[in-house]
Amino acid sequence: MEKEEFGTDAMPQTGLEDPSRRSFIKQSSLLTAVALAPATAIKAAEGHLDEQIAGALEKLPLRMEVNGEMHNLSVEPRATLLDILREEMDLTGTKKGCDHGQCGACTVHVDGQRVNSCLTLGIMVNGKKVTTIEGLAKGDELHPMQAAFLKHDAFQCGYCTPGQIMSAVACINEGRANSEGEIREFMSGNICRCGAYPNIVNAITDVKNGGMEA
Amino acid sequence: MKQFQYVKASSNAGVISAISKPGTKIIAGGTNLVDLMKRGVTAPDKLVDITHLPLKDISEPMGNVMTMSIGALALNSVVAEHPRVKEMFPLLSMALHAGASPQLRNMATVGGNMMQRTRCTYFYDTAMPCNKREPGTGCGALGGINRMHAIFGTSEKCIAVHPSDMCVALAALDAKVEVSGPKGVRYIAFTDFHRLPGLTPQLDNTLASNELITRVIIPTNNFAKHSYYLKVRDRQSYAFALVSVAAALDIEGGIIKGVRLAMGGVAHKPWRLFDAEKALMGKKPTEENFAHAAQLAMQGAKAYKYNAFKLKLAPATIAEALKHASGLV
Ligand SMILES: Cc1cc2nc3c(=O)[nH]c(=O)nc-3n(C[C@H](O)[C@H](O)[C@H](O)COP(=O)(O)OP(=O)(O)OC[C@H]3O[C@@H](n4cnc5c(N)ncnc54)[C@H](O)[C@@H]3O)c2cc1C
Ligand code: SF4
Ligand code: FES
Ligand code: FES
Repeated sequence: MEKEEFGTDAMPQTGLEDPSRRSFIKQSSLLTAVALAPATAIKAAEGHLDEQIAGALEKLPLRMEVNGEMHNLSVEPRATLLDILREEMDLTGTKKGCDHGQCGACTVHVDGQRVNSCLTLGIMVNGKKVTTIEGLAKGDELHPMQAAFLKHDAFQCGYCTPGQIMSAVACINEGRANSEGEIREFMSGNICRCGAYPNIVNAITDVKNGGMEA
Repeated sequence: MKQFQYVKASSNAGVISAISKPGTKIIAGGTNLVDLMKRGVTAPDKLVDITHLPLKDISEPMGNVMTMSIGALALNSVVAEHPRVKEMFPLLSMALHAGASPQLRNMATVGGNMMQRTRCTYFYDTAMPCNKREPGTGCGALGGINRMHAIFGTSEKCIAVHPSDMCVALAALDAKVEVSGPKGVRYIAFTDFHRLPGLTPQLDNTLASNELITRVIIPTNNFAKHSYYLKVRDRQSYAFALVSVAAALDIEGGIIKGVRLAMGGVAHKPWRLFDAEKALMGKKPTEENFAHAAQLAMQGAKAYKYNAFKLKLAPATIAEALKHASGLV
């Protein structure tokens, strides 16, 4: 009953079940309530009237391991993995470039495979392992690919770099770093607007030749 | 992105009953659907996640079953790298490798790739008219920048091309699509799966709205030794085709015993070149014969203001793909 919800005694009392009257009461009680206690009443009224929308807005539980740590979250179905990482988990190393699968800035590993987190619905990663750029280094010790990017000046503004590094690690794991041509082809999903490509290729070649576990 | 409900499917029947309700869509890799939802081109009320269905298997020909079966949820990267796919159908592997980026191929599924929508920029731009997006509003591309558009099988309603690379190879390989609907399972020849725009360009294919793609079946063939997928695009990789050609030859004793040719980037569907195939049968794999077949393939082509270059690019690409396939280059 509206009476309960709005917590006011000012509502007309009635024992009648006439629908038009009921809706009149609803209306007037709402108005009364608004008059009495604007902020809370409006909130409650909204909650009540938007019941159906609220149903669709329901959040779903999402359990995923991120950089070795298990997380239990509650997310909207439309939230992308990228937005969850950046906005809910504060893991802002993963970058949002195009947000449409075209630039690779958002590349992360899901169950060891590189994907574009901007086109991945978070809820679809339930039960999986996610690795972001924050998860590559072992404490203070940089991942060999991070070290190689530093050594080879493989970035300028650095915006594309986290995605490049995640892709570069995957590129070696996939066995696709055997020549400059192959590296370029298999790094083609990562766009760098500064044009750091030659140095990126050098960094990857270095890690590959160093025989380092990528 | 508009809010939507999300459900996970655990059986084919569950998916079929869910998608029988309007406003409900299947999501697989999401690489096309999520993109279109973010842009407001499509706004489903409910998504059915099918990625938990057991439709990832790639099974090889056994006994007297002379086909290979690829599950609708097999990832593009997995199919492209599958040793038996590479050995038996290198054309398919090459076409898949020519599509998208490694990250996207790790997400994209076989079924989703077949169902991906056109990349026509007017289709993507909700401020522009588009008969495919909103039937009856007109076609922004007809009088617009139609550089990427079709030269075969167009209608006055739509001149868009189908963007898939994988599908061009599957059309050439005489694949069949297994689909499951309320009435059971049926098979669609790959060349009949996608359709021409005609008066209903909003329909990309012949799959009913309550049907699920379950797998693709490819018959074994003798083309493995002489196959080539040639994709011509604006940059070296990670771009959609301006024109692409899937060429497969069976050459025995210097004579063409079998040939399959299909083109991408030129029509609303993967475009099989039946006339060119016929012309090459029983012939020698020579440059002259290839050029002649390529010319035959262009009969009926019609260009628009900005894509006239395709009238030259297409036959050149066909001839070049045939040279690569036959080993002339
Ligand atoms: C930047 C970029 C570049 C790309 N470049 C290329 C390219 O060069 N060549 C190329 O071929 N592709 C390219 N793609 C497209 C990509 O290959 C497709 O988006 C992908 O194959 C779609 O598969 P998916 O599993 O992600 O489909 P989803 O996005 O999940 O679904 C796509 C559609 O298919 C439907 N669907 C999915 N599975 C089934 C099923 N089993 N039965 C019935 N319906 C189903 C969905 O309802 C939806 O309508 C590119 C994509 C991007 C974003
Ligand atoms: S070509 Fe087809 S998809 Fe493109 S604007 Fe015209 S109707 Fe729409
Ligand atoms: S932000 Fe995901 S690919 Fe550009
Ligand atoms: S370093 Fe600036 S975008 Fe790559």
